[in-house]
Amino acid sequence: MIVLLFYIGLFAGAFFIVYAMRRGLQSRQDFTSLKTVTFGDESAVRSDRAASIISVLVIFVIWAAFTGSKLFPIHVPGPFVGDTKFTYTLENADGSTDDATVFVRVPAFGEEAEKFEVEPGSGFAKDDAFAAPAGRSSTILFDKNDEAKRKEGAKIVAINGTPIGEGDKVDTGDGTVSLTGKGAISFTPKQGLQMNPIWLPAPETVVSRFFEIANEGYQNFSLWEHLGWSLARVIAGFIAGALVGIPLGYAMGLSGWFRGWFDPIVEFMRPVPPLALIPLVIIWFGIWETGKIVLLFLAALWIMTIAARAGVSGVNISKIHAAYSLGASKWQIMRYVIVPNSLPEIFTGARVAMGVCWGTVVAAELVAAQKGAGMMIIAASKFQLTDIVIMGIVLIGVIGYGIDILMRKAENWLVPWKGQS
Amino acid sequence: MPELDIVDLSMRFDLPNGSSVQALQDVSLSLKEGELMSVLGPSGCGKTTLLNIVAGFLAPTSGKIELNGHLVEGPDAERGMVFQKGALFEWMNVRENVEFGPRMKGMPKAERDQISDHLLEVVGLQDFKDKAVYELSGGMQQRVALARCLANEPDVILMDEPLGALDALTREKMQGLVLKLWKETGKTIILITHSVEEALLLGERLIVMAPRPGRIHREYNLPFAERGVNADLRDVKKSEGFAEKRDEILSMIWEMEEEIMGRTEQAS
Repeated sequence: MIVLLFYIGLFAGAFFIVYAMRRGLQSRQDFTSLKTVTFGDESAVRSDRAASIISVLVIFVIWAAFTGSKLFPIHVPGPFVGDTKFTYTLENADGSTDDATVFVRVPAFGEEAEKFEVEPGSGFAKDDAFAAPAGRSSTILFDKNDEAKRKEGAKIVAINGTPIGEGDKVDTGDGTVSLTGKGAISFTPKQGLQMNPIWLPAPETVVSRFFEIANEGYQNFSLWEHLGWSLARVIAGFIAGALVGIPLGYAMGLSGWFRGWFDPIVEFMRPVPPLALIPLVIIWFGIWETGKIVLLFLAALWIMTIAARAGVSGVNISKIHAAYSLGASKWQIMRYVIVPNSLPEIFTGARVAMGVCWGTVVAAELVAAQKGAGMMIIAASKFQLTDIVIMGIVLIGVIGYGIDILMRKAENWLVPWKGQS
Repeated sequence: MPELDIVDLSMRFDLPNGSSVQALQDVSLSLKEGELMSVLGPSGCGKTTLLNIVAGFLAPTSGKIELNGHLVEGPDAERGMVFQKGALFEWMNVRENVEFGPRMKGMPKAERDQISDHLLEVVGLQDFKDKAVYELSGGMQQRVALARCLANEPDVILMDEPLGALDALTREKMQGLVLKLWKETGKTIILITHSVEEALLLGERLIVMAPRPGRIHREYNLPFAERGVNADLRDVKKSEGFAEKRDEILSMIWEMEEEIMGRTEQAS
């Protein structure tokens, strides 16, 4: 919630700064900038490059600020770390009181709290030394070394001079003190707003982990083997799906018999998410490569079938008529008219299918795999290695984005006539 | 000997609601080689249906079509077709579009190139041979469509409102081009149009069709197409008899439209 507010605040701030800077610099006067009606005119809405850069920067700034990153100077308040102390006033059964000090040492996140000793001091309440873990409350059995024990009727009446009873809380500056039901001290060091690295590690941790794994590998396989295997599965499944799906789609687009035959199957299987098939595929084909490729094949198959069918149905009947009256045979019409005409649709389908396959392979590897991007993050999560999990997520996103960019480039190159009829 | 014979052609569609439409009734025509006939009529008079039957895309419910003595049973390279729009192949450049017919016949590349070079020069696109068709304007695309049709050397050219999607100025230029190509190639042409002026200018013969059932209403033999060859079409429009014929046919079609409106009003 706080993170969201930060994000909105930073973004709004950046917007006003960029806006003010733009007013200063007179912008270009091209046709779109001279339009007065821009609200509702989709062609006048252009993705603002500055906003995209700020968007990415803001995410990193927030990530760095909330994880205490060394790469970024401004941080939200972190948890209390270091030495602190507070005094408690103990009241004996006979009504006499004595003060004692508790020295608390709080190590940084992830470090072990080391035991240490202090001089006990005088009086029937003795000083204590306590090593508390950061960000969590812990119970201090203060009377272990005291001459008056709780079971003899001694009880704490004040912390740092402030009276305290059961359920009260006293702020000592570096933490909060309250009393447990049995009268012991419960101390919670200030938590701050920063994230525990187990929830979210700092960016530089993730980056250094990336280089570490890129050099040394993870779980018996190098990083490139993990990613390469995921990619290879996707490509194998996608190619298998396309090889079956495209001819099937053509058959459904060209023959009433095939359409009637496969329509119920395709329409039934299309809305079933590939992830729902994982259990069945595992039962039938096992958890290893065959199962995964069959799953990806099924994920790509229906998408490619429907794309090819739509490509055939989308051909302008004038083109077919023209080709027939130019003397083309059925086979020539297939080769020179129907196939090229359906290519733009097939490419759109291929982009969707590749996206779905990439998502499915990661999910399939979460279930069972020895290598792969999904296996890497699920294995890391079992050891609470959040930095590897985040690194894996980022790599999966980057590769998915890269695949889509490549497909779009291939599309522009191979089917330049898309959207031109 | 007449080249194209249309004999007692009737066409009846059954509609899903059980009724049926008589799109054509007993249409008979014959065209001699090299004749240019334009077909005019209000919407729904069956002129496109007629053209599709001649092209072989539709089979008539009764009657027959004969070309040079043999029965027309399906589409064939002997009957070329020019469509209003959208019939060019976007995945081929201008030259490949023009060469499509010869290529399907298996003509060698050198011969095809000769044909396309010549035809693209005739239609004035010699500088656009390697362009993609979607980079051309609407008028240029129709020039490509004409060249593509001619490249295949058909006996009959069927034109389904080939200039209907063009702006007025381009259309006028293209009308001149159609006349020029007709005279130069001596092809038999059937041209369907919505424009009375275009039908008068381009039709050596002019058929006016009437709707419900679709049938031939009147037939004219006109001098304007001959006058228009290699002349300014604007002068032809001002020439003797043109304005009178135009008004006569316009009011004829106007009456038919009125009648249709009246009939639908009674029916509803």
